[in-house]
Amino acid sequence: MSANDFLSGGFAAAPESSDHFEIKKSYDLFIDGKWVKAPKQFETINPATDEVISRVGFAGKKEINQAVKGARKAYDSVWSKMPPAERGKYLFRIARLIQERAREFAVVESMDGGKPIRESRDVDVPLAAAHFFYHAGWADKLKYAFPGAEVSSIGVVGQVIPWNFPLLMAAWKIAPALACGNTVVLKPAETTPLTALKLAELIQDAGLPPGVVNIVSGAGDTGQALVRHPDVDKVAFTGSTAVGKAIRRSVAGTGKRFTLELGGKAANIVFEDAPINEAVEGIVNGIFFNQGHVCCAGSRLFVQESIADKVIKKLKKRIESLVIGNPLDKNTDIGAINSGEQLARIKNLVKVGKDEGACIWQPSGGVPRKGNWFKPTLFTQCAQSHRIVQEEVFGPVLAIQTFRTPQEAIAKANNTPYGLSGGVWTDKGSKIFKMTTGLNAGVVWANTFNKFDPSSPFGGYKESGIGREGGLHGLSAYCQLSH
Amino acid sequence: MSNPGIPKTYKLFIGGKFPRTESGRILEVTGPKGEFLANASRASRKDFRNSVVAARKASGSWAGTTAYLKGQILYRIAEVLDGRKDQFVKEMSLLGVSSKSAMEDVVASIDLLVHYAGWSDKYQQLFSSVNPVSSPHFNFSLPEPSGVVGVVAPSDGSLAGLVSAMAPIVVGGNAAVVLLSGNPLSAISFAEVLATSDVPGGVINILTGLRSELVPEFARHMDVNALLLCSDDAEERKNTELEAVENLKRVVLSPDKALTQSPYHICDFQEIKTTWHPVGV
Repeated sequence: MSANDFLSGGFAAAPESSDHFEIKKSYDLFIDGKWVKAPKQFETINPATDEVISRVGFAGKKEINQAVKGARKAYDSVWSKMPPAERGKYLFRIARLIQERAREFAVVESMDGGKPIRESRDVDVPLAAAHFFYHAGWADKLKYAFPGAEVSSIGVVGQVIPWNFPLLMAAWKIAPALACGNTVVLKPAETTPLTALKLAELIQDAGLPPGVVNIVSGAGDTGQALVRHPDVDKVAFTGSTAVGKAIRRSVAGTGKRFTLELGGKAANIVFEDAPINEAVEGIVNGIFFNQGHVCCAGSRLFVQESIADKVIKKLKKRIESLVIGNPLDKNTDIGAINSGEQLARIKNLVKVGKDEGACIWQPSGGVPRKGNWFKPTLFTQCAQSHRIVQEEVFGPVLAIQTFRTPQEAIAKANNTPYGLSGGVWTDKGSKIFKMTTGLNAGVVWANTFNKFDPSSPFGGYKESGIGREGGLHGLSAYCQLSH
Repeated sequence: MSNPGIPKTYKLFIGGKFPRTESGRILEVTGPKGEFLANASRASRKDFRNSVVAARKASGSWAGTTAYLKGQILYRIAEVLDGRKDQFVKEMSLLGVSSKSAMEDVVASIDLLVHYAGWSDKYQQLFSSVNPVSSPHFNFSLPEPSGVVGVVAPSDGSLAGLVSAMAPIVVGGNAAVVLLSGNPLSAISFAEVLATSDVPGGVINILTGLRSELVPEFARHMDVNALLLCSDDAEERKNTELEAVENLKRVVLSPDKALTQSPYHICDFQEIKTTWHPVGV
């Protein structure tokens, strides 16, 4: 009997229902407080079933122009002039409305993106509400945030967000922008537009003045038209490093402000004196959270040589017990891969991993026949030069290497163009600080992994991005400072 | 018989040493009437790359140097410069600067150094945070130096321009490679001050040369983490931003004149690192 038998036999299906709210057959673009028909539409698909959920508008240049115009008008006439405390009240109200409709947002998020309902319910949606609540309070306190500097708003912000945390990323982007007095045009990702469009409904319910937030669905061209628009004062982007560099090029010489949150290849470092069981949980959470569709995923594991066999054995046993399947089922640990395109990318890199000589391991169970799935995957015998060690897979694939000394671990961990996050597992305090100081990464988790909070700044070193989001340090990205 | 004196050879300052440019090229420096003053080095791209190697080598231990010691070293630069004020005034006079303006320039430079020396153990307190996360974790964010920073100093050749650009970067724990494109004599004499002020070799490297030749290389270099460009030339700014994309270098654009003193200039060349740890038993 494998460890999985009792699980697959032992848990009755426990799916979340989706009959207590409405998903419309189609969604238009939310521009200047109104729903505007786009000339074209595209389908958004449930990656776990391949079924069409809804159709959404495809914004072109004309619609982007309209949205930026709406945002500019709202900035000039209303939002930049409103007493900051009043701005804050709108944000508080949005936070409350998200909390009220939390279950609906969680279910739609899991349907549209494929992530387990446990994650959308317990992480994405509560954190989205928390981001609005946190930033709401900053609106009338900005003068205390930057010692000795005068603070003012920037203007119209163009924001482009990814498909891995659709609602949460919208909240990360919109909440601080609005709190600091800016207006927003946001483009959700092509494969996951629904929660952002539902957020637009909620923003209408909150009575936010027209044009303060505009939400325009579309594809790459839509995002490009937005970041290149001459009347956009600041660009905020979360996504791949390749697209981030293209955006950086397009804002060069324009004087536009920008923040980029890009890819990562985080090292998760486990020492022989670590609490092993907790570390194994941390490794699993680090790489399999959200199917590994996480820019800060702990996709490189470094285990101290003396405990490598033990850790890998425990890790395999733990992975055998993970439940893969229906994202709406509360037992599910690993949901669907977000899109066919992403699945192909993962499969390709895994093939490269095998071809380059790393040893692959996957658990014994199967995956559903319909939809996009990929089993949690381990690679051992990896070299620093392997592409699965160097490149971001953005899927449930972990590259395992060993080390002997802390210096070796730091040297290997930093041997990457990325620098978003990292993890350290040891019971020795002084070693924690030695390691967290040595890692070139913007977020370092010691004896934990993949934790997020609106008060905690997030962002990368090196090619993982420029700027921070969240916390005190994230505010400066949305403010003009004179000093 | 009058003493003819010994004219100084103006060289580069790389890794704590004073090499000539490997290219063997010169920039002739003349006085206000066109009279010959000196042959300054015209640094090459290779000189720049050598400087980056020296800066990278020095950057780790400089970043790890205690804030107290960094502050003392900056203060030491001010002390040594103060003792050599007259030398700088004399040198600037040869270039046609009035003694009064020259003295003002040197005094402003000394004041900037003293100002930033005092920031060495304060900006971290001002710009860090303990974050009240809603989970049982202790979470804090601290500034860390960006690493190796390129500095294209103001082109007026003033000492205060150079110091105003370099001091906040260096006090923040970065190693700097500075390009002086204007009249470079006082910059190289300033390197002599640095060399006798306990600044570890490689922490500050000074090149004299042409912007058109070297700025693109500053922007392109994959082992330079950030770049300060003091420029009013829109095309130079845009090209520099474009060239800097490949390693997502942090580019800070500033007008082509001395920077005002501000701790935010230190922050421009810092990365914020956030650390989490569970709280429990």
